[in-house]
Amino acid sequence: MPRILIREARVLDPSVDLDARSDVLIEDGRIAAVEPEIVASDCQIVNAEGRWLAPGFVDLHVHLREPGQEYKEDLASGGRAAVAGGFTRLACMANTNPVNDDPSVTKYILDRAAKDSPAHIHPIAAATRGLEGQVMTEMVALREAGAVAFSDDGKTIMDAAVMRHVLEYSKLVSAAVIVHAEDCGLRAEGVVNEGIVSTRLGLPGNPVEAEEIHVARDIRLVRLTGARLHVAHVSAAGSVDLIRRAKDEGLQVTAEVTPHHLALTDEATLGFDTSTKMAPPLRSAHDVEALRAALCEGVIDCIATDHAPHATYEKDVEFTAAPCGVLGLETAFAVVSDLVRRGEIAPLELMRRMSTTPARIFDLPGGSLSVGSSADVVILDPERRWRYDPADGFSKSRNSPWAGQDMTGRVMATFVDGKLVYDAERGVVAQ
Amino acid sequence: MIGQDLLGIEPLERDQIELILETAERMQEIATRDVKKVPTLRGRTLINLFFEPSTRTQTSFEIAGKRLSADVVNFSASSSSLSKSESLLDTAKTLDAMDPDAVIVRHPVAGVPQRIADVLEAPVINAGDGAHEHPTQALLDMLTVYQEKERIEGLTIAIIGDIAHSRVARSNVYGFSKLGAEVRVAGPPTMLPAKVEELGVKAYTSLREVLEGADVVMALRIQNERLGGAFFPSLREYSATFGLDRAKLRFAKPDAIVMHPGPVNRGVELSHELTDERPSVILDQVRNGVALRMALLYLIAGRSGATPERE
Repeated sequence: MPRILIREARVLDPSVDLDARSDVLIEDGRIAAVEPEIVASDCQIVNAEGRWLAPGFVDLHVHLREPGQEYKEDLASGGRAAVAGGFTRLACMANTNPVNDDPSVTKYILDRAAKDSPAHIHPIAAATRGLEGQVMTEMVALREAGAVAFSDDGKTIMDAAVMRHVLEYSKLVSAAVIVHAEDCGLRAEGVVNEGIVSTRLGLPGNPVEAEEIHVARDIRLVRLTGARLHVAHVSAAGSVDLIRRAKDEGLQVTAEVTPHHLALTDEATLGFDTSTKMAPPLRSAHDVEALRAALCEGVIDCIATDHAPHATYEKDVEFTAAPCGVLGLETAFAVVSDLVRRGEIAPLELMRRMSTTPARIFDLPGGSLSVGSSADVVILDPERRWRYDPADGFSKSRNSPWAGQDMTGRVMATFVDGKLVYDAERGVVAQ
Repeated sequence: MIGQDLLGIEPLERDQIELILETAERMQEIATRDVKKVPTLRGRTLINLFFEPSTRTQTSFEIAGKRLSADVVNFSASSSSLSKSESLLDTAKTLDAMDPDAVIVRHPVAGVPQRIADVLEAPVINAGDGAHEHPTQALLDMLTVYQEKERIEGLTIAIIGDIAHSRVARSNVYGFSKLGAEVRVAGPPTMLPAKVEELGVKAYTSLREVLEGADVVMALRIQNERLGGAFFPSLREYSATFGLDRAKLRFAKPDAIVMHPGPVNRGVELSHELTDERPSVILDQVRNGVALRMALLYLIAGRSGATPERE
């Protein structure tokens, strides 16, 4: 493997608080040096002047649909979409068909990913068998097979006793339990945020309290059990307050937020576009403001896309009948780099929330440019303008609220284990 | 408005509403003729695309189209079977390929007429979508009130019932507000939608208070599927608290009129008496519905330059 010298980038390595103009040398798939002026012969030179160079992004929440729903996405297309979005490592949710509630499914995903995906992939196993919220999965066997965390995600465990036991038992395998916090009874048929927008649309509302009540419940269960809880896709200002208090109390609670909940309000749904339908729904401007502040402050630890591909024909139905979820991998950086352009967060801190911190939450490799670590690297142009057309993208699906829009902030190149896998000029260049 | 969609009252301007109402007044005369037919829309094709059974609205559109000499085709489909076999938009595109001049859409889910309009060449008229809008009902209500009161500006309109699930309420709130009336809504708190006052109305939970000074009292139909205790405990309690009869109507202005989009659950929203006799104007609403829909079809599916009087 050739040596690669990336020159004159603005190197952002949150693991050592480095934000400096520097060269980076990659050798044998690993970071060999990060120094202001590296003199090296016999290597491929990449000029990155004016660009950011950071550890590859780590996404703790994606739906890659394999096995079972390969018409929406598979490990190959999802992996390509990931590296095109600067992500070098993904944790994929268990709601496949069959459900990832058995070590054979976990191994299948890992085997297929090793062959097909240019990004590293880590399966999240179901917390209960069949995502049915009743009998817990064989967490020890699943962990040994390679599962990195446990979750029933969108099939929220409504029985508090079951959740209590899942949390307690997870301590045996030292893995986080992820909650999609939503009180299903209170949510009822709700499909958009309850408020003036649901009233104007005449669609059933889903109140922020449906999320907040469940976040409060599970934080209490963490206090009861001493386990590790990761709150998926926080959408409500009230949840932020609960998470802040739990952290102040010293509980092992972490949280993620999606690019769409940071950037869009429920008003995006006013035209009934099903590419704005997801769970939890887009919330009010007040919630968006609280989420942005919480991410910058660190109360919300990281950004996760909840990349959820669905076929166009599945989304082209009545709003109430359309499946929840939107694409996220290929637009994430452009969407969240807006926080930097508006001066809300420093580039180094944004990179921390997209790489270093998520890697630590699930005890994954990555998130660092330290010498000797795997060369999972992304090169970014935060000012580059481009137009996003899902048809030209790498996901198999097209359900994005940003379809056809002009974006600012572009991934220029992505390296996985020292190998160039994505180049903005040429697209994905490696399997 | 030729070739334009009518998806709701919310996006309309006041002068557009006034044009529709004035045109409807001109159409009313046709119903009094011996031969209730004019050739205005001869050679035009209208499709009634109804995903939800509604004999009344569908018949009203059909009669309106036929009095203008249009060819009216009814396409009824159950929304549940459609979502399984053929997609909604496929159905709409298939009909569109037969070159209709307007497609009238009724659907139990909010937003479907909008989605269909997004992919169709032909203009779409919303004949009621979920709890979103029912623009033709609101327009015929405005026409009825205008003809009773000779104005709308400055009137007080009280809408009573299940506001949360009512497309009629939403469209009337937008319409009467745009024409300068004061709109009030009232119902059990479980039936008032979130932040309803941000629509520019005053919300009440007391029948007596909402009626105080009202010129127009509009009762909404209680849908059967709302029964069962989730939104109100029993029909008996509903009718005792929010049902209207002559005694309760005394809280409104002496010359107040009573309206209802039909069909009435007799003895629930309105007493028998009020359903059948003045000051209720329910059958005038139905009659005006035909003229109003004729006006809309003429304005949307007609040829530029043609007038019903001349032809």
